[in-house]
Amino acid sequence: MDATGRITLGEGASAFRDAIRDLATKGDKKILVNLSDVSYIDSSGIGEMVSSYTTVTNHGGQLKLLGLSKRVKDLLQITKLYTVFEVFDDEAAAIRSFT
Amino acid sequence: MLLDSNLDSVEVAEAAVLRDAVDIGFEEEQLHQLGMAVRESMVNAVVHGNRYNSRKKVHLSVTKAPDRLTVVIADEGEGFDMNALPNPLAEENLLRQSGRGLLLIQAFVDEFQVCRAQPSGTEVRMVKYLAKAS
Repeated sequence: MDATGRITLGEGASAFRDAIRDLATKGDKKILVNLSDVSYIDSSGIGEMVSSYTTVTNHGGQLKLLGLSKRVKDLLQITKLYTVFEVFDDEAAAIRSFT
Repeated sequence: MLLDSNLDSVEVAEAAVLRDAVDIGFEEEQLHQLGMAVRESMVNAVVHGNRYNSRKKVHLSVTKAPDRLTVVIADEGEGFDMNALPNPLAEENLLRQSGRGLLLIQAFVDEFQVCRAQPSGTEVRMVKYLAKAS
């Protein structure tokens, strides 16, 4: 899934949540979220990413992240979510990592 | 500056603070950090403090100095005990959906204080220093 723009409180965060929830409820088990074109994430956006991770995991799937900007990587470091999310710079490696 | 308790005010506050930050010479990455701290603080004030109550205002003040910007954001809510908040970095809280705003504010400014506003509410004081040229 390619995410674009801002994932912030309001439409951005809820659109992200709805898109992931749709994939999870349709039965998709291997979800790679490409964040290359995401310009800004706030704490609400991070919250929706965590919530989406939980939703996918609870449906027996895996959610991984691709193409994080330095700023988004910094956010994951600050919030210790690097220990939760699998993060990739290379799409082929990300796809190969799914079990 | 007095701001309404809605999400439009978040944008207004961020823009106002960043105008002053540009004036005194903050560079792009510092502007991003300061902007995010202001956004998170404003969201806390509007959503958790004033709870979107249209009768309550958010108070914003910005003070410029040659080497720093001081931003104070106060709501008119019921206040909260910072020590009672769950630690968002604790293993058992990592998957909580919310509770990271104050953590991000603290990460992105140089000084950060939370106190009771008078007569009610919460006041957040943030200071960001200009990065010294290396």
